[in-house]
Amino acid sequence: MEKPDLSYLNSLSGGDKSFENKILEVIREEFPGELNEYTENVKNQKLKLAAENVHKLKHKISILGLKKTYALAVKHEDLLKASNTSLVEDFGAALDILTDYINKI
Amino acid sequence: MNCIIIDDESTARLIINQLCSNIDNVKVVNEFSNAIEAIKYLNHNEVDLIFLDIHMPDFTGFDFIQTLKNPPQVILTTSDNNFAIEAFEYNCIVDYLLKPISFPRFEKAISKAEQGYNNSKVNGISVQDSSENDLYVNIDRRLIKIDIPSIYLVEAKGDYINVKTSEQNYTVHSTLKKIEEKLPDHLFLKVHRSYIINVKEIIDIEDNSVLIKKDLVPVSRSNRPELMKRLNLL
Repeated sequence: MEKPDLSYLNSLSGGDKSFENKILEVIREEFPGELNEYTENVKNQKLKLAAENVHKLKHKISILGLKKTYALAVKHEDLLKASNTSLVEDFGAALDILTDYINKI
Repeated sequence: MNCIIIDDESTARLIINQLCSNIDNVKVVNEFSNAIEAIKYLNHNEVDLIFLDIHMPDFTGFDFIQTLKNPPQVILTTSDNNFAIEAFEYNCIVDYLLKPISFPRFEKAISKAEQGYNNSKVNGISVQDSSENDLYVNIDRRLIKIDIPSIYLVEAKGDYINVKTSEQNYTVHSTLKKIEEKLPDHLFLKVHRSYIINVKEIIDIEDNSVLIKKDLVPVSRSNRPELMKRLNLL
């Protein structure tokens, strides 16, 4: 199971904890809404919109240093654009892990 | 360099702000979550550099650049590496940063922008001046460069316009109003609600029509006085 790695955030902040906290705070605030929107769009087969949601989530995933999940998100976004839902389950599982982590921030 | 950030993601704006705060010569003067607000701002303010996200809802970064008559330098910031080729079509784009953006890569992009900024100051001209004669049109997802003075006629056809040049004709999904804004007033004139002509290419004028190369173009009564004013009448 992949774990978040905050080294990217640390490299940006240069030890400025208030910056790191601000970023994590924004992620914590925005993630649930974006996740919900993605889930609804997949459920309603609005796959182009779901791809847009993955695009947004992708940046947050990269900030949290989840390299494997990021690679999965890139593939999933491309497939959704082509109306292919084959990675919905895998991506959903990765998002569950992310949700657990974000709830603990 | 005064710069603005355009990105619909707040985390991206925070990160670019943080990266800029570590560079002496770069000052973030404003930031926008959508391109429309940025256009309104740029109508009244000048900036030296724009950090621009490509992938935004409704209005992409490329759409945004096309609305600017004389765009400042642009550094694209994106999570997609699929747009790199398209990016090279724009002279104003100095670099293409893939998110997540690291500080060393960011510094490199800033140094490219600084070079352009310093050159424009030394020459006293905008770095974009060399591209003033170019118009890029989007056809089948490709941006095609057209030399503006070579355009002799633009004709509205429903949701499309036909752009006729001495070498080739282009059918573009756009409006006459949009292209009119991009064409220089001293060369082009709207002579009818469906036609813009290059006045230098007029062969003759008869009653309510004008001959441009082999095209006979109608001239509406309301536009005729302006057309007559432009002619060097004996």
